[in-house]
Amino acid sequence: MRKLFVPLAVVAAAMFAYAPVGIARVPYESTMLLVQKIFYFHFATWMAVTASVAVCGVASAIYLFKGTAVADHYAVASAELTTIFCTFGLVSGSLWGRKAWGVWWQWDARLTMAFMLEMVFLGYLLVRKYGGPGAEKLAAAMGIFGAATAPFIYKSVDWWRTVHPQTTVMKTLGDKFPAAWNLVWFCTAAFLVLFVVMLAARVQLEYLRAELDRAYLAAEE
Amino acid sequence: MIRRIRVTLAAMVPAVFTAATAMASQPQPAQDGFVPVTGPISEQIPAAPLVVAAYAFFLLLMVFYLWTIWRRIGKVEADMQALERRQGAGAGGRGK
Repeated sequence: MRKLFVPLAVVAAAMFAYAPVGIARVPYESTMLLVQKIFYFHFATWMAVTASVAVCGVASAIYLFKGTAVADHYAVASAELTTIFCTFGLVSGSLWGRKAWGVWWQWDARLTMAFMLEMVFLGYLLVRKYGGPGAEKLAAAMGIFGAATAPFIYKSVDWWRTVHPQTTVMKTLGDKFPAAWNLVWFCTAAFLVLFVVMLAARVQLEYLRAELDRAYLAAEE
Repeated sequence: MIRRIRVTLAAMVPAVFTAATAMASQPQPAQDGFVPVTGPISEQIPAAPLVVAAYAFFLLLMVFYLWTIWRRIGKVEADMQALERRQGAGAGGRGK
């Protein structure tokens, strides 16, 4: 991962440099016009949240049942990234909703569940910081349950009546609006590369912290 | 005869009133096709500030988060170097 870090960071920077150009060039959507252009980063950030939540869930399970320290590093790093990407997803959705629905926020199933996901992972980070001895195991359990909510959030727009568009929007986008389809997946790839780069940097921080703790213990002995 | 006409008219009044009420409460017929705007066009909520705010927020959030990672890594590395210096000084002191 260390060898790939710099090339991936360069790729992420190049993709994010091109993304605004692509977003400016893509035609307007017929009903929402300009405000629909929030969609390209909004969808991509939720894909990054999905990847981050999945990593956190798997790493938390490995740490909880096997006690692998590296898995714990990945779990806490991805939990933090979940809150970062989720914050952007909620804020960008709110800005889009202000124009599309006329309100900043709506307590419908999709939005409320996404907000609860943010709360669960903020709770995870608070437990890690202030939970004291054994907080890692408790947080790991929170990580697993947080990850388990992701499929429900994805399907919530199909199961309940919400103001949020259904999952069929993405299924038909390729046929109806190919330029938007290509661009949204380009942005998603950019977000996923950025997620990998930030995850690697954040895991490195956890590794250094663990090294420092070991060095302090060795110095005391 | 006149009495019969009066009774018939009296019976018709509620019927006419009910029909008039029912007609008034009928939904308006749907607009057939799009109608062009007359006069100056102004949107209720401008979209451009919302789009700019979304992308600016993303940029600021990413810059801030990467800065926090960089700062935290720097702090841990500084602590490690301080510990190494203390250990080196301790070993040097014991060596004397």
